[in-house]
Amino acid sequence: MSGDHHDPHPPDPQRPDPGPPLASAGLHLSLIVASVIAVFPVLWVLLTSLKPAKYASTTDFFKETTFENYTNLLSDTPFLTWFGNSLLVAGLTTVVGVFISATTGYAVSRFRFPGKRGLMWTLLITQMFPVAVLIVPIYNIMSTMGLLNEPLGLVITYLTIAVPFCAWMMKGFFDTIPREIDESGYVDGLTPFGTFWRLILPLAKPGIAVTAFYSFITAWGEVAYASAFMVGDENMTLAGGLQKFVNQYGAQWGPMSAASVLIAIPAALVFLFAQRHLVTGMSAGAVKG
Amino acid sequence: MAVDTPSQSVAKAAGDVVARGPRRGTGSRRAPKRSLATHWYAWAMVAPVVIVIAVIIGYPLVRGLYLSLTDANERNVARTIGVNEIPATYEFVGLDNYTDALTGSQFLGTLGWTVVWTVSCVTLTFALGLVLANVLNRRIAGRSVYRMLLILPWAIPGFVSVFAWRFLYDERRGMLNQILSGLGMDAVPWLNDPLMAKFSVIAVNVWLGVPFMMVALLGGLQSIPGELYEAAEMDGANAWQRFRNITLPGLRSVSTTVVLLSTIWTFNMFPVIFLLTRGGPGEATQILVTQAYKFSFEISPRDFAQSSTWGVLILVLLMIFAAFYQRVLRKQGDVW
Repeated sequence: MSGDHHDPHPPDPQRPDPGPPLASAGLHLSLIVASVIAVFPVLWVLLTSLKPAKYASTTDFFKETTFENYTNLLSDTPFLTWFGNSLLVAGLTTVVGVFISATTGYAVSRFRFPGKRGLMWTLLITQMFPVAVLIVPIYNIMSTMGLLNEPLGLVITYLTIAVPFCAWMMKGFFDTIPREIDESGYVDGLTPFGTFWRLILPLAKPGIAVTAFYSFITAWGEVAYASAFMVGDENMTLAGGLQKFVNQYGAQWGPMSAASVLIAIPAALVFLFAQRHLVTGMSAGAVKG
Repeated sequence: MAVDTPSQSVAKAAGDVVARGPRRGTGSRRAPKRSLATHWYAWAMVAPVVIVIAVIIGYPLVRGLYLSLTDANERNVARTIGVNEIPATYEFVGLDNYTDALTGSQFLGTLGWTVVWTVSCVTLTFALGLVLANVLNRRIAGRSVYRMLLILPWAIPGFVSVFAWRFLYDERRGMLNQILSGLGMDAVPWLNDPLMAKFSVIAVNVWLGVPFMMVALLGGLQSIPGELYEAAEMDGANAWQRFRNITLPGLRSVSTTVVLLSTIWTFNMFPVIFLLTRGGPGEATQILVTQAYKFSFEISPRDFAQSSTWGVLILVLLMIFAAFYQRVLRKQGDVW
């Protein structure tokens, strides 16, 4: 799995030619259809957010373009509070998760030690854990510790997802760093910790950034724990808050669409920038085991 | 499980020289067991994760297992009301919850739909991802633009996209039905008819999942050496034969990984079901995870014991699946 699939002018002979013009037109047609399906729901929300709320359900692409949904959202709803809560929870989860699991990713990538196999399996299996296994006991523990409805409680909960994931993914990235570098460190008299800290970590920065980004996004978009643990407008995260706009009694698509755009834009931009490395890290870790 | 099982792993993982090849050779030769002196730094490096996993995953897991053997619910667990601490009064009931779940129709019915949901989602996602990856792997104008557009559903936080779909699906005022009525057709109850709702949730999940498949498979395609295709072409292999005999085998290792991941994710896909239909109409789209969630957070009194039981059963099912999957792969010669 090489990371580079983004070459705009591929002169290499690797890829098969599109063939005769008719086939090429067919390819373009199918790609266009697929792209429209991929983009339309997102685009539609964006367009809706720019219409006055009362026209949210019209089929016109543009209608009296206005930013009133955004101004209403920011002034009349606790959106900014939710945004802040999400930022805090996801940020803390990411920092703590990456910090805790970096050395493990390295150790599992480089060393053989008793317990390694068990640890690898644990990391893999914990990623299989359905939310349903842990949510009740964690809920009860948080409840007795008074951490329900507290950002800290949610951070601790999210670490159950982030830590195994980060360790697993960082192993994949460390695997791509040649081990000659480690050996040169040992030759120069560095301890394994020194090698990790001074030589490997700086090289692994892109991988760490991607891991961090991915665990941020996972926490940013988590729904189940957030809906169960955080109640009351003040403490909700975005995933819980958005549900307030759309419930069984009706839907406020105007503020909803504006909120969606504001949540999605930063995530999407960074994502498009980082995604090339994502799959590499994930499947490298999994394939090489 | 979550807690490291030392005896087993020590037996399996033979101590070996530091800083060797990346592959954890399955048939590694057994070196004499090294002492703490050799391994202390490796252990020190993994210690934070082991401790954190033991405390925040291992302990709740054990408690969850225990709860599944009791009759715990909202009214009899330990709780704090104001300053009063009320101790737990639930009782140990053995395997009753498991017998109830496995003999009653609700669990098996939900399991049936969960399997249908998982298989259809993974199959469709994989097929579409494979097709798109193959198309994008050709020299075609605007490749990077298409790729960017096709990846978009992955880039948007899932819960936001799900709400976007709910907006499109809205029965009276949603875009889809307005288009249909513009064409003179009847409105479709996208999320309000049991069968239709099933198609709708699958469609959304496939929409969400295709970009990941596509990118992963595209990476796999690009790691297949071009010479293989040239050689095959010279030998007179047609496009289908090349696809069948070069592309598919070349994609094996990537495919097995993404199919496993995707199956696990889909089986546990909480947000799509929860935010689109809440498992409705009725319980038509309820998968195991959302139903377990419902037991502990949406019914009254909250039934923690049953919820834990379902959670444990889901975990067991997934582990059986993963073990089985691995065994099949190994039989076919994959070292994993």
